[in-house]
Amino acid sequence: MYTQALNTSDGDERHVEDAERATQFQARIDADERIEPNDWMPAAYRKTLTRQISQHAHSEIVGMLPEGNWITRAPSLRRKAALLAKVQDECGHGLYLYAAAETLGSSREELVDAMLAGKAKYSSIFNYPTLTWADIGTIGWLVDGAAIMNQIPLCRCSYGPYARAMIRVCKEESFHQRQGFEIMLTLCRGTAEQKAMAQDALNRWWWPVLMMFGPPDQVSQHSDTSTKWKIKRFSNDELRQKFVDATVPQAQFLGLTFPDPGMKQNANGNWEYSAIDWEEFKQVLSGNGPCNRDRLAARRKAHDDGAWVREAAMAYAGKRKQRAALQAAE
Amino acid sequence: MTVANISVSETPLVLYTLRRADDALILGHRLSEWCGHAPMLEEDMALANTGLDLLGQARELYSYAAKVEGRDNDEDKFAYLRDVRQYRNLLLLEQPNGDFARTMVRQFFYATFADLYWRAMMRSSDLTLAAIAAKSEKESAYHVRHSSEWIVRLGDGTEESHHRTQSAIDELWAFIGEMFAVDDSERGLIDAGIAVDPVALRPQWLKTVSSVVSEATLALPKSDWMQQGGRSGRHSEHLGHLLSELQSMQRTFPGATW
Repeated sequence: MYTQALNTSDGDERHVEDAERATQFQARIDADERIEPNDWMPAAYRKTLTRQISQHAHSEIVGMLPEGNWITRAPSLRRKAALLAKVQDECGHGLYLYAAAETLGSSREELVDAMLAGKAKYSSIFNYPTLTWADIGTIGWLVDGAAIMNQIPLCRCSYGPYARAMIRVCKEESFHQRQGFEIMLTLCRGTAEQKAMAQDALNRWWWPVLMMFGPPDQVSQHSDTSTKWKIKRFSNDELRQKFVDATVPQAQFLGLTFPDPGMKQNANGNWEYSAIDWEEFKQVLSGNGPCNRDRLAARRKAHDDGAWVREAAMAYAGKRKQRAALQAAE
Repeated sequence: MTVANISVSETPLVLYTLRRADDALILGHRLSEWCGHAPMLEEDMALANTGLDLLGQARELYSYAAKVEGRDNDEDKFAYLRDVRQYRNLLLLEQPNGDFARTMVRQFFYATFADLYWRAMMRSSDLTLAAIAAKSEKESAYHVRHSSEWIVRLGDGTEESHHRTQSAIDELWAFIGEMFAVDDSERGLIDAGIAVDPVALRPQWLKTVSSVVSEATLALPKSDWMQQGGRSGRHSEHLGHLLSELQSMQRTFPGATW
């Protein structure tokens, strides 16, 4: 669903690299060439991308939980099928993102283990709870909407497998975004109770969604190298502003208001929003959000409960191989 | 505005269609409970996929039941505004997921049955049912393959997986008989060439199941005591809990459109 600007700079590791190759590498990037798995790349480029792509994959997988929370309670069969299909899409995104990360030399198991051990991050947004059905609409509308803002530029990312994965992911995300908006529209045209549910969801999700774009530019740690490598093409604040400007008219259409009385449109037409509570963001990232413990516990439980199944599959594959070898020898 | 249960005119064709729709919805719902919690991502995908197939089947069958009934019921009213005693699914399908072995055994027993059933129903003189069957058969053929492969892997995997799978077979076996039972209401439809006679499918079902189970180094129980009741609304205690979750929004906000 989403990747967050969490990476720290690895620029200082580049001094150990072959200077000539590094220059050639940068020249390829500057010429907008795609870097492919077998190409030479600086260790720091590999590391940064492995971290970003795997964080993105973890976000997809952890992101299945808040929405999955409503699959069994979706209010109509049509909504139930659409939500199940959507969460399944997120799982598919996780799978091809892990595959893209694997092309950089780390296995899915290693990457998942790091997440389960609490060492790898995933998007802060999934540490908030889905309390009502309107949260499902809001996640589609705003969380997927913010994800698209972030990910469309990634379709042109310098690393080929990631860029190609993003093209497919973005197509599905825009579908989810429209679906989420349509849920909100239905609520806003429904009973007073339904409209209040929609407003309450927007109130709770708005600030956490703005935080999805990562820290403000003046304190963002990673942007320089990522920009130079064409992994990142817009700054956190630029993307955040684009998102706000796109979202305001949509909320107006729905007849909903933002939990930000100070919000106003400036002379350039941009919507100015009030200060974001970065302390909350920091807390959620460091494990102290409302659902961090639940999310990790749920992923660990699935992993632990499934261990015997994976072992059985391995054991069976081993037996089959052995039998085939025996047969061949006869 | 009311939260009361709908009433259904259960003519033989409506009842027959609702029974198949309830089977698909309840099993689809059970499978959807796995989403995000499966032993591996590939199975999160596969179980959701299967659940989606079943939900799709349920929706078509409910819509057809509504059309045949000709009152103002629709797919959502059938799903959300009937209580336990009005549900007509097989007991097997409402059984809790348990561990992955239990889910797979339940799936395997039903899919191998459903595949034969839909294939036979493609020849129904009722063209809508025949068309739904043609689509569903393609889906159930995959469900059979997927679940059979897992039965073999788990049965012939490790000692633990073998034990878990054998226990699941032993526990769920008593629900098999109901798949092949026919009551008076269905007898008339079978005679008219509309419904499928499940009794005729039993030998083939047993052959397929036995062959997979034996490849998996597992065994079918000797017991032939079979529990029934789902088709007439005498369910296990599990269904009420499933429905209280499934129906919570419709019961809390009566009459709202979502």
